[in-house]
Amino acid sequence: MHTQKKNKRGKITMKILVCISHVPDTTTKISFIENNTKFNAVGVQFIINPYDEIALARALELIEGTDGTVTVINVGDISTEPTIRKALAIGATDAIRVNAAPRDGYFVASQIAAIAKEMNFDFILAGRESIDYNGGQVPAMIAELLGIPSVSIAKKLTIDSATATIDREIEGGKEIVSIPFPFVAGASEGMAEPKIPNMRGIMSARTKPLVVKEALAVDLLQEIKIYDTPKPRGQVKLISPDNAGELIELLHSEAKVI
Amino acid sequence: MDFEINENQKMIAATIKDFGEKHIKPKMMEWDEDQTFPLEVFKQLGTLGLMGVLVPVEYGGAGLSYTEYVTAIVELSKIDGSIGLSMAAHNSLCTGHILAFGNEIQKQKYLPKLASAEWIGAWGLTEVNTGSDAANMLTTAVLEGDHYIINGSKNFITHGISGDVAVVIVRTGKMGDNRGMSTFIIEKGTKGFSGGRKENKLGMRASETTELIFDNCIVHKDQMMGNPGDGFAQAMKVLDGGRISIASLGLGIAKGAYEASIKYSKERKQFNKPISEFQAIAFKLSDMATQIEAAELLTYQAADMKNRGMNIKKESSMAKYYTSEVAVRVATEAIQIFGGYGYTKDFPVEKYFRDSKLCTIGEGTSEIQKLVISREILK
Repeated sequence: MHTQKKNKRGKITMKILVCISHVPDTTTKISFIENNTKFNAVGVQFIINPYDEIALARALELIEGTDGTVTVINVGDISTEPTIRKALAIGATDAIRVNAAPRDGYFVASQIAAIAKEMNFDFILAGRESIDYNGGQVPAMIAELLGIPSVSIAKKLTIDSATATIDREIEGGKEIVSIPFPFVAGASEGMAEPKIPNMRGIMSARTKPLVVKEALAVDLLQEIKIYDTPKPRGQVKLISPDNAGELIELLHSEAKVI
Repeated sequence: MDFEINENQKMIAATIKDFGEKHIKPKMMEWDEDQTFPLEVFKQLGTLGLMGVLVPVEYGGAGLSYTEYVTAIVELSKIDGSIGLSMAAHNSLCTGHILAFGNEIQKQKYLPKLASAEWIGAWGLTEVNTGSDAANMLTTAVLEGDHYIINGSKNFITHGISGDVAVVIVRTGKMGDNRGMSTFIIEKGTKGFSGGRKENKLGMRASETTELIFDNCIVHKDQMMGNPGDGFAQAMKVLDGGRISIASLGLGIAKGAYEASIKYSKERKQFNKPISEFQAIAFKLSDMATQIEAAELLTYQAADMKNRGMNIKKESSMAKYYTSEVAVRVATEAIQIFGGYGYTKDFPVEKYFRDSKLCTIGEGTSEIQKLVISREILK
């Protein structure tokens, strides 16, 4: 890995892999079918996982003005291609789709690690978690499978030669770590502002390479038994400002918060 | 026939939705209230490639077709009709005129600046006393040596003050003669050329509408587009395409009002059930949806024919006429569904109602559209 060169302006030319998930739009009303064992995708609008969009935006900032490349990778069936092309429209150089439904975190990480092993990326970025199943496992698993370091909940990423400096979110503050190439980082809010594709990007997305690779056989380590959705919220109780006593009583006996 | 929305259109729609949430929605009521023309929004739309949608890539545009252009205006107008209107006027009138009739030097000089929104464009045909009766316009250009001296004024001009360049059609020949008008490209700062009074409007309040004043304005003859006498014919061609813009604008406003109505009628409960479950409301929604669908088909048909280079006089007039009337009807019914709340500025439909009315008037009233359609079908 890390074969980066410096260009004329002294900027490092990097080869970055960004993992993207195809997830339901944030406003989707979630429901399940087949006795609550399967997500109901009918009529659902899919988007690039917002944390992955942050990772992609930072990767694109880092290669700006250099000959560097950003490859996006997604594990999914053909229905995820519009989402992948959106990443190309935003500015990714090329894309890989591993042709399989993403069963679980280990399955996805295994597919991505197998490809990353052959392609010599300087580093790999992903979102800290996907906003649908919220596993938060994929970045660390990829790193483990490749035997390289990983950093979770990365809020800032700067590059100097073959080293990255990353601000991590920790309870009540931040931790600043320095990490050599290659590595995997899970991007969180603050690393970059997601980019909106422009018309030229949208037009060029169709002509950028999108390579489809067959999936590896991976052991099934877990099985989803059932999904459950929260009960709808009850009615709001309005209490007159004169009845502070009643409010305290209800907070104590009904809401049980005091 | 393929009626499916293509992936480019979907991506453009998503881009505009994201952009609108961030850069338009938070401030649009303020702009509406104060009649502020938000120049910075158009600069950002330029970065996205939405200020030269139809301009070929070699002139710095996005190089897209009318199909994608319709989608872009619809999506912007769903959020804010004023932004949709200004974007459409910039693209199809000023920029579109130069693209269609400018010579190579003029195209090289102006299109990249307009497509990037480095410059905002205006277009002037209408005068105080002449709207569709353009041949009786009073603004004149008289040739003296290598220059034309222009005197008079234009009225209801989008971007008359904020525009950096204007394409104007003025009289160089006899009054009442359709061959007596010529087109000029005039840059801001040209001696004797200025923006005049800004209109205080019912709707579309963030889109700037002003006078253009020519007081012994001196313009080099190289600034003429085409030949002397071409102006009126060029303007009519530009307006054929412009009607697709206004149809798209009306379609976006109708869709915005309809989507707000669907959402509200499902949430608002009376007599223990959502009002959408009352037939009186449900049937209103059915009528809205059906009319919007028909308007959309007419608009995309005109766009598709334009892409194929066909004569679209009839179809673009039909799309403009029908869609703009639908916009007014749908926005009116939307207020009815919202009831008292619909009459307030805390809810979005009163703005759709005010903005919609421009569509049946601007770039040729509904009555003028019927005149154009009848001339075509009675040929």
